[in-house]
Amino acid sequence: MTAAQVGSPVPVRVVVGAQRPPGRRPWFSQGDWVLPVLAGLALLYLFVPIAYTIAFSFNDAPRSNLVWQGFTLDNWRNPCGAPDVCQSVATSIQIGLIATVIACALGTAIAIALVRYRFRFRGVTNLLIFLPMATPEVVLGASLLAQFLNIGAQLGFWTIVIAHVMFCISFVVVTVKARVATLDPALEEAAADLYATGMQTFWRVTFPLLLPGIVAAALLSFSLSFDDFIITYFNSGNTDTFPKFVYVSATRGIPAQANVVGTMMFVLALVLVGIGRLISARRARSGG
Amino acid sequence: MADVVSAPSGADLELQALSKAFGDMVAVDSVDLVVPAGSFFALLGPSGCGKTTTLRMVAGLEHPTSGRIRIGTKDVTATRAFERPVNTVFQSYALFPHLTVLENVAFGLRRRGQADATASAMHALELVELAHTARRRPAQLSGGQQQRIALARAIVNRPAVLLLDEPLGALDLKLRRQMQVELKRIQTDVGLTFIHVTHDQEEAMTMADTVAVMNAGRIEQLGPPAQLYERPTTAFVANFLGQSNLLLGDVQSQADGVLSVAPRGGADRRPMLVRADRCAVTSGRILVGVRPEKLHLIAGDGTGPGDEDVPAYTNVVGPGVVVDVSFSGVSTQYLVDVPGAGQLTVFSQNIYDGAGHRPGDVVRAAWALPHSFGLPGDQDASAGREAV
Amino acid sequence: MSVAAAVTPPAVGAEAPGPRRAGRTPYLLLAPGLAVLAIFFVAPILVLFFTSLMVPVPGGDIGQFQPAFEVSNYTNAIREYWPIFVRSFGFGLLATVLALLIGYPLAYVIAVRCRSRPTLAQFMLVLVIAPFFTSFILRTIAWRQILADEGPVVSVMRALALLPSDGRLTATAFAVVAGLTYNFLPFMTLPIYASLERLDVRLIEAGQDLYAGPLTTFLRVTWPLSLPGVVAGTLLTFIPASGDYVNAALLGNPGTRMIGSIIDSQFFQVVDYPTAAALSFILMAVILVLVIVYIRRSGTEDLV
Repeated sequence: MTAAQVGSPVPVRVVVGAQRPPGRRPWFSQGDWVLPVLAGLALLYLFVPIAYTIAFSFNDAPRSNLVWQGFTLDNWRNPCGAPDVCQSVATSIQIGLIATVIACALGTAIAIALVRYRFRFRGVTNLLIFLPMATPEVVLGASLLAQFLNIGAQLGFWTIVIAHVMFCISFVVVTVKARVATLDPALEEAAADLYATGMQTFWRVTFPLLLPGIVAAALLSFSLSFDDFIITYFNSGNTDTFPKFVYVSATRGIPAQANVVGTMMFVLALVLVGIGRLISARRARSGG
Repeated sequence: MADVVSAPSGADLELQALSKAFGDMVAVDSVDLVVPAGSFFALLGPSGCGKTTTLRMVAGLEHPTSGRIRIGTKDVTATRAFERPVNTVFQSYALFPHLTVLENVAFGLRRRGQADATASAMHALELVELAHTARRRPAQLSGGQQQRIALARAIVNRPAVLLLDEPLGALDLKLRRQMQVELKRIQTDVGLTFIHVTHDQEEAMTMADTVAVMNAGRIEQLGPPAQLYERPTTAFVANFLGQSNLLLGDVQSQADGVLSVAPRGGADRRPMLVRADRCAVTSGRILVGVRPEKLHLIAGDGTGPGDEDVPAYTNVVGPGVVVDVSFSGVSTQYLVDVPGAGQLTVFSQNIYDGAGHRPGDVVRAAWALPHSFGLPGDQDASAGREAV
Repeated sequence: MSVAAAVTPPAVGAEAPGPRRAGRTPYLLLAPGLAVLAIFFVAPILVLFFTSLMVPVPGGDIGQFQPAFEVSNYTNAIREYWPIFVRSFGFGLLATVLALLIGYPLAYVIAVRCRSRPTLAQFMLVLVIAPFFTSFILRTIAWRQILADEGPVVSVMRALALLPSDGRLTATAFAVVAGLTYNFLPFMTLPIYASLERLDVRLIEAGQDLYAGPLTTFLRVTWPLSLPGVVAGTLLTFIPASGDYVNAALLGNPGTRMIGSIIDSQFFQVVDYPTAAALSFILMAVILVLVIVYIRRSGTEDLV
């Protein structure tokens, strides 16, 4: 593996084997199996605990889901059998929906402003949006708790919602901003050129074209909210979200229904993300 | 529904001292212009000359720093884009990707609340021969088809002025030629005022009734294409439209409406003759210009036996040496180095088989008196020439 | 390339074209969201800062503090807990490096090798993202079960003499790091994928055309071009990993406690808010230093 020797009269040695003919590279060359195998192992590694979770959702263990005791569908037939599982899931879903709607509205506005407008203090704005993503959850949770304690707020459902909106905004901004950046401003100019007022331009041109980004942001935001543990734990008082419930019952023994919920979440995520990618792939092909 | 300032379809456009500055950078410098109704007007110039900015100001997408814009009898300077009876065909077409072709074309009509928007839109699609694509999405069409849809979308609104921002730039040569003919046909059929912005001088000359050459925010010269080509008034126009050979000299005398110009650099060279009415200046320093296709080469330096003599009222420059010969079938381009005069470009039509001269030949370049034109001598002789 | 946009599936498209408009509108658009962040992020951080300087109310109950300027809270906290800080950053660093070693090839295969097979690439991306949506707690607890003494992994490793016959995996530092690596792997993989996806394969071919073998091409062409993604992934992995404590709580033992759990216990068990706040701020400070170094190099426009 070498190249021409500079300044020497010795002719360049052609590297044997590493040269490929110009044109399309073969997708899979012999001797190149190392990387795909590594990648496959990595993917497998990603799925081990998922597989375990799914498997143990069928475990016949009424109280403590630690050891395999037998296959049963009971958990699936009766997902709310264990107390508090469904309650915590419901709470998590409600919090997720409310926080997502608020975060998406606020975040989309910020994203549009960042991409399309000139304003002062861009640097500060970018930093302010970035910092919550960079701050450790412990610090975020602790600081919010400190503030809630100081103003004497009641810790519970709404403090969780506030906390979730806070850290979701940044992710929404990032996601939607990427989409806004792909939006050709000429389209909005064309709309104005074709007699559309500002509001008409937004609802008929900008918003429909931003929608995929907003949907992606909403999905991301909801999943971040649903799965959040540390910040929620600090600010929830007595209210249980699903992750908090699982953590708290980890020592006692997590009911198998929790695995059922986990599995359902996974399948739902798989389906949604899969559909999303298919749609964007098809749209990319037809050039939408 | 937008309240559109109404103006008859195909109205006059008038720009008065229109200027636009972006901070310190002056993009458009006090442009005055009148485009008569129903004409095809081309705004021509290199990138960065301000032509697109001017267009955008007419469209209402850019707010002028100073000056006025009048469409028909109405001053529209203060109106916003969606209130003006102006439509634009964008360089990137800007077709709405999430709407069908039909909905794209009907967009403007619907915003104005027109009753039979769908029918009108279909009619416009038929005009550009793309009615069969009505239900498709823009992304499914080819570049040329998208271009025609963009045109239909603008035309269907019967604007007072139709603006085209380098609409043919993204098309390949053959398609571009085709579209040039199409655009001209549609313009004459429909009778709208077209303002076409382009950097392609061939395009401007073939399509437009009037051409304005813009450079650095100002209009260098305005007039019918033939006038601009045969009688440029600035070096920029002379070099930007086609090519020119510009030779520096000093006016010695004037007789019978003909100027005699002593060429610089080369004491023993014949004076150049140019008609006074084809000159921008008639005394002092002057750039005598002649187009390459007006030159013909005469073999030899005039002293050898058999060398042709040059008649009295013909201009001749040389002797020089042929340094490059490019034969392109229809014609041959020669580059001739003449000491003291620089490098001349000569286009020689292929009347005799192939190229007549070879590199290294000693030749003189001659042209008839009526073909000279004169430019102010203090101008930069290389202005407007394309940089490599 | 945006640090955090890389976590989300990359949008097809380039930088924002066209000039930006001025006026009042941007301020109206920014106001609500930034207000939320100001009230519920900036203000709490400031409150936390002031809390870190408080002292207990003399003669008061547990949990009562009064404003002061007790800098010794910080020095005490560092003196008492610096080994745990070192451990936390150490674990974070280890997890980041491991995630890089595992995630880079994965990202490379999806972004470069599968370019001619977009459906396969999309499928693999879904596989990378999907576990991310299952409950983080459930995943970590699953690892605890899988690595349990009675589980298959330990038995196999004992049989292969990779572990002493009384060795264990759970409640060890190994398990904690493994858990951290696992949980933050997508955060490393996705930004690198986003970077590599934009890599022009012709650049690799140009490298080969100029006589570079596979390794040289990688080191001199691919790696430098993917660096923005690597940096983004590193930040997005190291920062949360250092501050995490769930992995340590579920997979470790009291000897592997990370700073996060100290803060937790200071808040909820010991009820020593100033110390908890001081610890949080020290953690923040280290993170901020990293972020500032990043900003110095790449500016703020690419952060978001």
